[in-house]
Amino acid sequence: MNYIWIALIVFSFISAIFTNNMQALSSSVISAGMDAVNLCVKLLGMLCLWNGLMNVAEKSGLTAKVGRLLSPILKLIFRDSKNNPAIINAISMNVTANLLGLGNAATPLGIEAMRRMQQENGHKDTASNDMVKFVVLNTAALHLVPTTVAVIRQSHNASNPMDIMPASWVTSAVALLVGITLAQLLQSQSNRKQSGVKGSRAKQRTKTVQKPSHAVRRLQEK
Amino acid sequence: MEQLTAFILPAVIIGILLFGFFKGVPVFDTFIEGAKGGISTFFNLIPPILALIVMVSMLNASGALTVISRMLSPLTGVLGIPEEVTPLCLLSPLSGSGSTAMFEKILATYGPDSLVGRVASVIAGSTETTLYAVTVYFGAVGVKKTRHTLFASLFADMTSFVVAAFTVQLLFF
Repeated sequence: MNYIWIALIVFSFISAIFTNNMQALSSSVISAGMDAVNLCVKLLGMLCLWNGLMNVAEKSGLTAKVGRLLSPILKLIFRDSKNNPAIINAISMNVTANLLGLGNAATPLGIEAMRRMQQENGHKDTASNDMVKFVVLNTAALHLVPTTVAVIRQSHNASNPMDIMPASWVTSAVALLVGITLAQLLQSQSNRKQSGVKGSRAKQRTKTVQKPSHAVRRLQEK
Repeated sequence: MEQLTAFILPAVIIGILLFGFFKGVPVFDTFIEGAKGGISTFFNLIPPILALIVMVSMLNASGALTVISRMLSPLTGVLGIPEEVTPLCLLSPLSGSGSTAMFEKILATYGPDSLVGRVASVIAGSTETTLYAVTVYFGAVGVKKTRHTLFASLFADMTSFVVAAFTVQLLFF
């Protein structure tokens, strides 16, 4: 994240010089502060709402029911957490919200799942294998019905707003499969890196061990 | 269509509350107790979200995205992604509101039933704002080293762009 952040900011600055957009760039920084707070406040409401509802669902045994329903698939993916029903239940609530297209609910429920995984995590500043897979799962859209897109398509007078659904399913499924497989495959590699000696020696070793390009290595080092 | 969509959220909320109520859970108190947990997460989230948004709006305002999509046009051509969709591909991992705006612009310019419009629709429907998700989920629990998360999820995003272009051509044209 370090590299991406600084690289894109510097890149924006340089592009602004060439495209003569410095004024716009400068005012965008100021409005960004405002946007961030707005977004967070919006998120605060959803966080509290869904944390509250999650608590009710938990106490009533609803999360356990949903968890049992999805656990056969989830246990295949989240192998380290498979004997921890609290984590599997929270993940399944997040997945359900995603499937239903409730993006606003999926985030707070997902954060709850992350918090439970963090409790079991040995290195608090480093993502565990299951955390990585969980976030990858959430960066691929899992919607059964792409409602937002369909609504926008309808507003532009599409002949059939929903006809992209099969293509959308195939695309999400392939992307998800690729993402999770990649997360699984890279897991041992980045584990090895972590257990290695800190500092330059470890870096040197990963350089020789890892075949992928520099960009790949940089991404992994986050 | 919109009415059906509008049903889902209230139905889920009422479902959860009624289920709890009939199981004898003190619904209101339990809700309040859980809702408090949201506040601490909120404070963890402000700094990373601010950092992300500053970066994204700088990218947007500087015209950098146009520069990048021009640089990438040979590559996207090989992968079968229509050139007009490239800005959407670049925005979709970065900014939710930005990519929605871009999606609307594409539909308005090329029409929702055109090849470009359809590919854009599939991409918009099957990708999430990757960087935002990574920032929020890891930021909320204070994890700094995200290891291979970004690589795996950005690679998955790229896969979905290619597959979207491919399936749309296969199914519609």
